[in-house]
Amino acid sequence: MESVKPILEFKNTCVSYTKQTMAVKYVSAAIERNTITAIMGPSGCGKSTLLRAVNLMHNLYPNIRVDGEILLNGENILAMEPIDVRRRVGMVFQRPAPFPTMSIYDNVLSGFVLNGIKLSKAEKDATVERCLRSVALWDEVKDVLNKKGTFLSGGQQQRLCIARALAMKPDVLLMDEPTSALDPIATKHIEELLLELQKGVTILIVTHNMGQARRISSKSMFMYLGELVEYGDTETMFTNPIDERTKSYLTGKMG
Amino acid sequence: MNKLKIRHRLAKDKLMLWSICLLAALTAVPLLAILGEVLLRGYDQLSWSFFTEPTPTAYKVTKAIEAGEPIPGGIANGIVGTMIMLGMAVMVAVPLGILCGAFLAENGKNRFAQFVSYLTDLLQGTPSVIIGIITYIWVVVPMKGYSAIAGSVALCIMMLPLIIRSTEETLKILPASLKEAGLALGGNNARVMMKVQLPAAFGGIFTGVLLAVSRVIGETAPLMFTALGCSFVRFAVDKPISAVPLLIWEFFNDPNLQELIWGASLFLLLFVLTLNLLSKYLAKKWNQ
Ligand SMILES: Nc1ncnc2c1ncn2[C@@H]1O[C@H](COP(=O)(O)OP(=O)(O)O)[C@@H](O)[C@H]1O
Ligand SMILES: [Mg+2]
Repeated sequence: MESVKPILEFKNTCVSYTKQTMAVKYVSAAIERNTITAIMGPSGCGKSTLLRAVNLMHNLYPNIRVDGEILLNGENILAMEPIDVRRRVGMVFQRPAPFPTMSIYDNVLSGFVLNGIKLSKAEKDATVERCLRSVALWDEVKDVLNKKGTFLSGGQQQRLCIARALAMKPDVLLMDEPTSALDPIATKHIEELLLELQKGVTILIVTHNMGQARRISSKSMFMYLGELVEYGDTETMFTNPIDERTKSYLTGKMG
Repeated sequence: MNKLKIRHRLAKDKLMLWSICLLAALTAVPLLAILGEVLLRGYDQLSWSFFTEPTPTAYKVTKAIEAGEPIPGGIANGIVGTMIMLGMAVMVAVPLGILCGAFLAENGKNRFAQFVSYLTDLLQGTPSVIIGIITYIWVVVPMKGYSAIAGSVALCIMMLPLIIRSTEETLKILPASLKEAGLALGGNNARVMMKVQLPAAFGGIFTGVLLAVSRVIGETAPLMFTALGCSFVRFAVDKPISAVPLLIWEFFNDPNLQELIWGASLFLLLFVLTLNLLSKYLAKKWNQ
């Protein structure tokens, strides 16, 4: 098992918003292909910051510095064109954000439009159906594909956003607390969906919800004050955490 | 004693409220007075022929006066001219203004953007008569004549800063997550702007365009230097052309035509009011 090459590897990754402080400090970790890896930790510990480094979201803001290396299939992301990286690394945000002016149909295809890729009508129809089926949304929306995506419920919107990301066939899917704005039933749907999806895509998910991490992830990271304190098998971490800080977080003694 | 203080404060509050209401009413008075005056004087001039017939010739006017009939003719030439010039101005100012506004919204901190932003403010504050004389030098002189084109250039210059600003402001208040979601799918900045941000900002931009149109539709000075005026309905863009505000000025200067002033003014006023109300309504609708 150990011989499998990691799809994503952090090597001394650091991110700083200001000159004086680092929000992510020297994180090193290798992510295995087709797994779900959970990133846990108290609020403000740098989970989102680490995640957003992977698809070069920090490049949008000139003051933010990212140092070290992040390897995608052995290639350093930080030296690549953001557009190339983002085509291979999809992202789902905390708040479901379908494009408000686009129909459900167009939302699924928005990645192609934004990349200037032209599809035939048949290809479009097939892609929309395939992607909506893969997020278990097809049956619910197949008759209202021309309605705006924002008409859907929160959980449906989030699944639409996942479908939109999957349409581009990314290698890695980044998810930043994708269920924190959803009710328990919608959350359960998304969790089941992710377990299904990991066969085709490597998922890196930030979650506040320890139960969720335990239910869906095979590996977990625990971050504290910008450091990666512990990284390993989720089950081991929950039953036998090595670090004191991990232990007190998992037992609820820390925010 | 405490009670007394509270009562005192309540009374002060009330006084404040009443004086604010009074002041607000005072500012509304001139507005209502203008509307009322124009309405009263212009109301009976409005008829179908007022909109379909051009300015009457001197001959017709004299004949009508001799016969004791009301002044014939209308403002069709002005309406057509205004629409032609506005149409051309909008066709250029809207894409250009949106492009410029998008640039400013995206690159606000960049030196060049700040320079452009400053120029926009400057342009917005430039008296329209100066824009008229500049357009005269730039367009009328090289083209060797007054024209609808020249008039529309002047109107276009006047509309630009308004469209630039409304585009910029609307784009700036869109949630950052929208742009990030677009970029996260691999779009480049230009495509995300075209396919995601601008469509989402459509309401605000459209409102801005309506306001810009209502702002320039009554401009007279710049058109005096550029469009000049024309007493019949004309569709050529390279010839002098009329406009409603130009007609009001002409009517005012011709003792025989003064009867027509108020109809034209009423038309212009109602048009601007409608545009303003429409833009308010749309802004409200899109903000929900
Ligand atoms: N845009 C920003 N500018 C400056 N500091 C930020 C910014 N975003 C986050 N931070 C800081 O970076 C640290 C990590 O934030 P974040 O990654 O959002 O934490 P988490 O997602 O784990 O709650 C926090 O201390 C936060 O205050
Ligand atoms: Mg976060």
